[in-house]
Amino acid sequence: MTPNGWLQIALFGGLVVLVTKPLGAWMHAVFEGRRRWLGPVETAIYRAAGIDETKEQHWTGYAIGMLLFSAVSIIFLYLLQRFQGALPLNPMGLDNNSADNSFNTAVSFVTNTNWQSYTPETTMSYLTQMVGLTVQNFASAAVGIALAIALARGFTRRQSKTIGNFWVDLVRGTLYVLLPISIVVALLLVWQGVPQNFSAYVDATTLEGATQQIAQGPVASQEAIKMLGTNGGGFFNTNSAHPYENPTPLSNLAQMVLIFCLGAGLTNTFGRMIGDQRQGWAILAAMGMLWLGGVTLAYWAEAAGNPAFTQLGVDQSVTALQSGGNMEGKEVRFGIAASALFATVTTDASCGAVNSFHDSFMPLGGMVPLINMMLGEVIVGGVGAGLYGMLLFVIIAIFIAGLMVGRTPEYVGKKIEAKEVKMTILAILCLPLVMLGFTAISSVIEPGLAGLANAGPHGFTEMLYAYTSGAANNGSAFAGLSANTPWYNYSLGVAMFIGRFFVILPMLAIAGSLAAKKIVPASSGTFPTHGTLFVVLLVGTIAIVGGLTFFPALALGPIVEHLAMQAGASF
Amino acid sequence: MLNQLRPALFVFVALTLITGVAYPYAVTGVAQLVFPYQSKGSLIERGGKVIGAEIIGQNFDSERYFHGRPSATTATDPNDSTKTVPAPYNAGNSSASNAGPTSKALIERVQADAEKLKAENPNAPVPVDLITTTGSGLDPHVTPAGALFQVPRVAKARGLDEARLRKLVEDSVEGRLLGLVGEPRVNVLKLNLALDALG
Repeated sequence: MTPNGWLQIALFGGLVVLVTKPLGAWMHAVFEGRRRWLGPVETAIYRAAGIDETKEQHWTGYAIGMLLFSAVSIIFLYLLQRFQGALPLNPMGLDNNSADNSFNTAVSFVTNTNWQSYTPETTMSYLTQMVGLTVQNFASAAVGIALAIALARGFTRRQSKTIGNFWVDLVRGTLYVLLPISIVVALLLVWQGVPQNFSAYVDATTLEGATQQIAQGPVASQEAIKMLGTNGGGFFNTNSAHPYENPTPLSNLAQMVLIFCLGAGLTNTFGRMIGDQRQGWAILAAMGMLWLGGVTLAYWAEAAGNPAFTQLGVDQSVTALQSGGNMEGKEVRFGIAASALFATVTTDASCGAVNSFHDSFMPLGGMVPLINMMLGEVIVGGVGAGLYGMLLFVIIAIFIAGLMVGRTPEYVGKKIEAKEVKMTILAILCLPLVMLGFTAISSVIEPGLAGLANAGPHGFTEMLYAYTSGAANNGSAFAGLSANTPWYNYSLGVAMFIGRFFVILPMLAIAGSLAAKKIVPASSGTFPTHGTLFVVLLVGTIAIVGGLTFFPALALGPIVEHLAMQAGASF
Repeated sequence: MLNQLRPALFVFVALTLITGVAYPYAVTGVAQLVFPYQSKGSLIERGGKVIGAEIIGQNFDSERYFHGRPSATTATDPNDSTKTVPAPYNAGNSSASNAGPTSKALIERVQADAEKLKAENPNAPVPVDLITTTGSGLDPHVTPAGALFQVPRVAKARGLDEARLRKLVEDSVEGRLLGLVGEPRVNVLKLNLALDALG
């Protein structure tokens, strides 16, 4: 670890804090309907779709709208892949996709997971990437933001039956938040070297006279929203490690800030909505502590390098001429610090883009992204999903605090009662069930074991990582796993589906139930939820719930691999 | 429930037209106007022929060139389309090794590569980037240490003075942005073009 490495990490953290407040204010204004500079477009959509924008929905209506929109999206994206061979914008003549891969990809992009079991540049036509995948990069992110806003409304409304209008939230989030930032970022990325064209792949004749095929495409437009919407599905197979997706240290820094900016901004939006920005900062502080812990462990593990290489006379030390450390699966322009930081950030959020390959991280370095996802991606988290996920943990933390003093817990003026706690437990329990359940099944069946690229405990971690990533809607991978098989495509598709909608539905039920309650004024008996004590309690709750659930699985995977490595074992 | 079917269909179509058609085409239009070189893939041409992309690594085997890092990319086996064969720096099919840190195959490959490099230059420790595969399989860079390590071999193959080559490498080093962001690096393709220009 070097001072420069830590400075790069600090610069990133500082930039995120810097954009939190302006983005929070902007999103607050958008969802209150105070920013409508594309008013005519918005109105035209509502008129064509038969939407009364002044009419709000009960939580069940909001949920049905969200489910129907997701269903239409999944069906369209599935069909687009099944017929892409006969459709235009396919200069390389790529074939239709298989049924299992199309199903997996459709669910994956609609649930904001963006897991990829295929190699995009040899599988997906430009039309599919643009009209199919890019659209869901926007839509799944806008849905996430809408849901977080709906839950926040639950905390602010007094005895209200409604929590907003799903269609209005969806359209406004897309038009006024995601689209303008994406346009600016896409152009910044092109400036840095990301291509944006519809050409056929280029055949270059190298200096040694060989032929090198170089894939092209409308990359920048998809790259921008891939990061901003915490989607993470690469235009190319190697994602943000590919020099065409992430050409420079500047594009890399921008991409990492994009992953966090809306999630961090939403904590401030939440604070503004409930009329106390300190509540938002307290949540962000808890997120920040968990982020710092993760990046420290990952950076330390990767900087230490691989002890097996040292014995072979390989120099892994840091000098002025090299960044040293474990460089397997990493890129020179990013080195160790920016790779460890990216891996932490992409899994703190539900992004899943990678600028280095987690499968080749040191055992404890690779454990960091795994743990981040197991905790439910509440460390800033996916756009929207991070905030509502964190608020579920807030409910648990407040409930525990209430038990300790024997008082009905309350949070920002709302009494937290049996119904909310039950729904929260339901949402929080379904994730480990899917993650651990499917991993257990895959560990004992032939189609599961057939996909492993590495032997020993590392192979187990590959499966555990896959289902954790799927259920948490992350989409990053221990990518050695050959997941483009019917077993993995279907089972991961189911994991993603459960991980998205079985969290959202209880969460919307909580929003509806909270909206219907009165607001209790704070009294001397109220536990203040903007101070250090609360932040520590929240971090502790997350760590304990996550730790108790996942420690046994981690012990079988990365922890035992680390110990074996220290003893000089290989598999 | 059915009364939300029309909004679902119409909003989906509208968002598809805006974000899936208008947005990428608008970005393409502006990008090709303002950044024509980058938007077309930063391609380098010599005598009307494309010889590579500035920011995409290419494979170098010859003693006379600086080499990039090991690459794990593959291509379809020309003899059997169900199999793949190693094809380093295949920019039509990017991929990583995904070898775990305790993988026996990885450690054996690193051992073989390290021994080969030690034979080339016994006087310096082997820099880690020269024996580890790139994440993308297309890393355009090596570290300054990785480039300097290869100077004796290239100098011998070309009959050039080592000091002159070392100077060429040092002049090719790209530093950190503002002295802070990223890592020092050498673009292998550009270094080799400069090397050819040297004669």
